[in-house]
Amino acid sequence: MDLKDLYRDVIVDHNRNPRNFGKLEPADAHAEGHNPLCGDRLTLYVNLDGDRIRDVKFEGSGCAISVASASLLTEAIKGKSRDEVKALFDDVHALLTRHDAAVDPAKLGKLAALSGVREFPARVKCASLCWHTLNAALARSSEPVSTE
Amino acid sequence: MSAVQPARVPAPELDVARIRRDFPILDQEVNGKPLVYLDNAASSQRPRAVIDAIREYYEKDHANVHRGVHTLSQRATDAYEGARDVVRHFINAADTKEIIFVRGTTEAINLVAQSFARPRLGPGDEILISALEHHANIVPWQIVCEQTGAKLRVIPISTTGEVDYESFERLIGPQTKLLALAHVSNALGTIVPVERFIARAKALGVPVLLDGAQAVAHGPIDVRALDCDFYCFSAHKMCGPTGIGILYGRSELLEAMPPWQGGGDMILTVSFEKTTYNQLPWKFEAGTPHIAGAIGLAAAIRYLENIGMDRIARYEQQLLEYATARLATVPGLTIVGTAAHKAAVISFTLDGIHPHDIGTILDTEGVAIRTGHHCAMPVMDFFKVPATARASLSFYNTFEEIDRLVAALEHARSLLS
Repeated sequence: MDLKDLYRDVIVDHNRNPRNFGKLEPADAHAEGHNPLCGDRLTLYVNLDGDRIRDVKFEGSGCAISVASASLLTEAIKGKSRDEVKALFDDVHALLTRHDAAVDPAKLGKLAALSGVREFPARVKCASLCWHTLNAALARSSEPVSTE
Repeated sequence: MSAVQPARVPAPELDVARIRRDFPILDQEVNGKPLVYLDNAASSQRPRAVIDAIREYYEKDHANVHRGVHTLSQRATDAYEGARDVVRHFINAADTKEIIFVRGTTEAINLVAQSFARPRLGPGDEILISALEHHANIVPWQIVCEQTGAKLRVIPISTTGEVDYESFERLIGPQTKLLALAHVSNALGTIVPVERFIARAKALGVPVLLDGAQAVAHGPIDVRALDCDFYCFSAHKMCGPTGIGILYGRSELLEAMPPWQGGGDMILTVSFEKTTYNQLPWKFEAGTPHIAGAIGLAAAIRYLENIGMDRIARYEQQLLEYATARLATVPGLTIVGTAAHKAAVISFTLDGIHPHDIGTILDTEGVAIRTGHHCAMPVMDFFKVPATARASLSFYNTFEEIDRLVAALEHARSLLS
């Protein structure tokens, strides 16, 4: 286990200066995510342009992994269609949980920086919280999601 | 930042190097570094004496208790009931029938909630707890309030993490049917001056339950001197096995309480028309108990008493003072919970670094601490933090280990802040 693999420069940077941080008003959809185990809590706001993500923002508090992951998510999904977001979610999920997952940097871009998380099983939920929250928002559900 | 005097290492009250040799688990490396185990409030470790007692029981004496005429059953029964007397002596209860074996503190509190409180409660009645309780001393009361229409009232705490006595005096009254208090806070380390609260409750005829989960391993407990009605604790926080704990109850109250669970062992006679219940303490011990757990607990008590609860308390205070002074030197570190009287539990936050990240970084340095809400979400809400990092010390910890903790925190700062 190498900490440098978990807290890569990209992660540290996005934790210190989260992108797209704040509230979207009005928002077409939003959802709340909560990880009761460590207290991570975030709200994700989405504006849609037909099938595409026109804008996305998040607010909340959490550990470096959850904040950086949410920040990276907002950058990655802007302009993407629902199907493209779904495909990206599957790739990120494989990246976080499967040791045999082949990381294609071209496909994942900066999200590839999260590959170190899988060496720290206790932290996978931190990185995936924002993605589950996004799914909830896109399902137009206002029910809070929980990783527990 | 003000200049902080380097903390002085006092002459230790205990021969810790020798004590550590009794704990096989402490002698290992985690992530390539010698293990520094500072998560004792979650669960402590076991000395070889406890592990051996359990192994010997299973290798030589195991059979079911209170049943057979054969030799092994008699041995198992003698060991199990002998353990009950060891516990009785440890907390200075008057009689072994006041010592009920349960799964742990949580089950003990649930037993009192359902068997003692529930039949006595109705709309207009109140149960009084404090704002620093563990969830185990909140939720059972919420459940019984829901069942009966009674109300749960909460004594506020101060910014230092102390239960506010003036508020308590205002909140307690003829409507109060039970006062349930932590003896020591698991999240903040506050030692609650329960004697004062109990005296007032007793003057008003209010029965008192103490959650002693965090208190028993760290100093002498005398339930008769405390004058409480119920005292609950878990073996695994005092070097004993998991899955076993104690409900102490005053015999007059336990006698009057209906059984909580039905089954074998808790009965004298059973027919489809009428069942007569067993006497105390077995009335509350339905089913085959955790025999090995009770034997392990007795071995843990003997081990602790052999060191001496007073000496353990004094040494842990030395550790607490040293750790508090050393942690104060870490820039951006804030200790949450600064009561005048504390057990060796230090909850803290570090500016700009989430406790969960602290936990991961410390783990790679071999340092085990707890991070999160410590099963005390209302306490976190009160201090307006989502979580804290918590170092909880035991008599087998050393001053050097506290230095390792501080060094690991410095490492976390260099990485993330």
